[in-house]
Amino acid sequence: MKAGLFIPCYVDQFYPQVAIATLQLLEKLGVEVVYPPNQTCCGQPMANSGFEHLTKGCDELFVKNFANLDYIVCPSGSCTLHIKEHLHDEHDEAAATGIRKRVYELTEFLVDVLKVEKLDASFPHKVSMHQSCHGQRGLKISQMSELVAAPFSKPGKLLQMVKGVELVQLSRPDECCGFGGTFCVFEEAVSAKMGKDRVADHIDHGTEFITAADMSCLMHMEGILKRQKSKVEVKHIAEILNSQL
Amino acid sequence: MEHNNKDHATLAAAFNVDEARVDWHDETLWFVRQKRDKAVHIVPEWEALRETASQIKNNVLSNLHDYLLQFEKNAQQNGITVHWAADDKEHNQIVHSILQQNNINRIVKSKSMLTEECHLNNYLKSVGVDVVDTDLGERIVQLADEAPSHIVLPCIHWKKEEIGELFHQYLGTPKGNADPQFLTGAAREHLREKFLTRRAAITGVNFAVAETGEFVVCTNEGNADMGAHLADVHIACMGIEKIIPLQKHLGVFLRLLTRSATGQPITTYSSHFLQPRKGQTLHIVIVDNGRSRQLGREDFRNSLKCIRCAACFNTCPVYRRSGGHSYHTAIAGPIGSILAPNLDMKDYADLPFASTLCGSCSNVCPVKIDIHQQLYKWRQVLVKDGYAPTAKKIAMQGMASTLASPGIYRFAGKMGRWVIKHFPFMVNNKLNAWYKHRDMPAPPKESFGEWYKKNREKKG
Repeated sequence: MKAGLFIPCYVDQFYPQVAIATLQLLEKLGVEVVYPPNQTCCGQPMANSGFEHLTKGCDELFVKNFANLDYIVCPSGSCTLHIKEHLHDEHDEAAATGIRKRVYELTEFLVDVLKVEKLDASFPHKVSMHQSCHGQRGLKISQMSELVAAPFSKPGKLLQMVKGVELVQLSRPDECCGFGGTFCVFEEAVSAKMGKDRVADHIDHGTEFITAADMSCLMHMEGILKRQKSKVEVKHIAEILNSQL
Repeated sequence: MEHNNKDHATLAAAFNVDEARVDWHDETLWFVRQKRDKAVHIVPEWEALRETASQIKNNVLSNLHDYLLQFEKNAQQNGITVHWAADDKEHNQIVHSILQQNNINRIVKSKSMLTEECHLNNYLKSVGVDVVDTDLGERIVQLADEAPSHIVLPCIHWKKEEIGELFHQYLGTPKGNADPQFLTGAAREHLREKFLTRRAAITGVNFAVAETGEFVVCTNEGNADMGAHLADVHIACMGIEKIIPLQKHLGVFLRLLTRSATGQPITTYSSHFLQPRKGQTLHIVIVDNGRSRQLGREDFRNSLKCIRCAACFNTCPVYRRSGGHSYHTAIAGPIGSILAPNLDMKDYADLPFASTLCGSCSNVCPVKIDIHQQLYKWRQVLVKDGYAPTAKKIAMQGMASTLASPGIYRFAGKMGRWVIKHFPFMVNNKLNAWYKHRDMPAPPKESFGEWYKKNREKKG
C-alpha cells in the first residue's frame, strides 16, 4: 500500500516534528510512504477568507503532486476537509475527483483503512483531547455533542491503545478554540478570548498535554499557554501515537 | 435600532473590554445550550424530527406561491383581512393605515422579530403612534432605547441589577431592588394598564397553516393572547416563509421549536388564531422584504427554512463572546449572518466572516439549515462582488502566488523562520494581531521538507 504524505504548510514550516512522527508512525504500521517534495498548501487560508477563486494554482499543484497515489494521508482534519470539499482542476477534473475520494485525515486512515487495533506506544501522562471542528463536524472523526446519536471517537480509540495515557474529560467536550484561519487576526478579540477559555477548560481538569488531530488549533492554544507561562504543553496526536516514553 | 458604520470585529472587541462580563454572557447562553441538549437527548427520534421538518420546509419553499394563495383564500374565508407587503416600508405603511382607519394611536405589541426587521417601532413613533412592547425582555430593551440582542431572549445581555435600576428610573420601583420576581410583578402591573386601555394589538406569527388559514403564535408569557383578546383590532405580521402546508405538521414543529430554543418541551402558550372574535377585526400582513430574492439564490434559499429558535445563537462560541449588538442587525447570530447580506451586501459584508466555521450552528438547527456552509459561500460572493477590504485582497493575492510555487514557498518559509529567530521584534509587536494575546511558535531549525531531503532522499 502506497500512501502520499500530505503535510500542511504551517506544519512543514513550524512543526516538522509532527510530520516526522506521522511518517514514522505510518511506516511502523507497514505503509509505504511517499512524500512529494513540491507540495505547499491546500489553499484553505484563501478559500475560507472568500478568495476560493485564487486557489487554482494551489489546486493544480496539489493534483500534480498527489494524483498517482493509492491514499493521501494528512495529519490535519482541516486541510483534509478542504481538499475533500473543494479540490478541483479544470485540466484534470477526474484526477481531482479521485484525490477527493482518497484523501484521509491521519486518525481516520488508521482506524478505517488500516483498521489498527493495537499500537506499540507509550505516553505516561494526563492527556486531554481537543476536538478540532473540521475533523469532528466536517470529517466526522468523532461524534458531535449537538446530535442525538451514539458516541464514538476515532482519535479517542487510538489514544486508548497508548500505554500510560490517562484521558482527561472536559466541561465542554467540543467547543471551538477560536483559531479559524484568518479569523484569528481579523477577529482578534473574540478569537483570543475563545482560545483562553478553551485552554482554561483543559487546565482546570488537570491535564498535562493537550492533544488534537489538528496542529492549527494546537498552535493557537500553544500561543496562549506560552503567553500565560503555563506548564501545560500541546502535542499533536501523531506524536503521542508514535511515542515510546 | 442602532445602525452604525462599525463592523462586527470592532464592536466585538469593544464588548471584550470587560472580560468578566463576556464570561457571564458566555456562561448564561451556554446554560441555555445545555438545557437544549438535555431536552433533545431524551427524544430518541430527534434527528428524524429534524429531517422531517427540513423536508416539510423544503417542500414549502418549492411551492411557496401556491401555499401562500391557499393560505390567503382560507384566511379570508375565516374572516381575516389579508394584506401583502413587498418590503419593510410597505409593511409599516399598511400597519399605520389600519390604525388610522380605526382612529388608534396607542398600541401594544408582542413577540415579533419581523417588526424589528422592518423597524416598525421607529416608523410608528415618527407618525405619532405609541407602541408598547409587552414581552418582558422586549419591554426592557425598549425602555433602554435599545434593540434586542437575541431573537428569543431579547435582554439576555442585561444583568438583573441593571434591570432593577432601569425599572427604578422608568417604573418607579424602589432603588436597589433587583429581585426578579418583584421586578416581573412591577412590569406586569405596568403592562396590565396598557393591555386594558389599548385598542390594537400587533403580534408575530410562528406558523401559518395553508390548509386551514389559521396561524399559530408561540409565547411563554401569554402577552400575545392578552393583547389579541383585549384589543378591537389584531394585526399579525408574518414573513412569506412562515407557511406550513398542513395542520398536522405543527406536531413536528412545535416539538422542535422550544426544545431547540430554551430546552422546554413546548412553549407555555401555543395559540391558534383561526378567525376574529365577534366585534373584532383581524388582519394579517404578509411580508416579502427580500425573501423572494433569497429564494432565488440557489446557495442561500434554504436559510428561509428558519423557524427563529435561536439555537444557533446559543451554541455559537463567537456569538456568546461578542454579544448580539455586535451583529448590528435585527437578527444576530449565525442565522442573521447568512440572512443579512441578502438585505444589504455592503452593510453586512462583515457578518459572514464573524465565524470560525466550526459548524455547531448547523448541528443544532432544528430544520437542518447548512448555516456554516452558507457562511463560507457568502464569503465567496462578497469577495467576488467587491466587498473585501483592499489590504486583505492584496495579502490574499500575495499568499496565493507564494503557495502556488514550491520554490517561492520554500524561500518564503525559510525567510519567515529566519526572521522570527533573529529579529523577533519584527513579529512580536503590536502590529501583529496574533501577538496581542498569543506567543508565536518557536521557529524550528529546519522545515520538514528540509529534514526529509537530508534524512530520506539520500537513502533513495
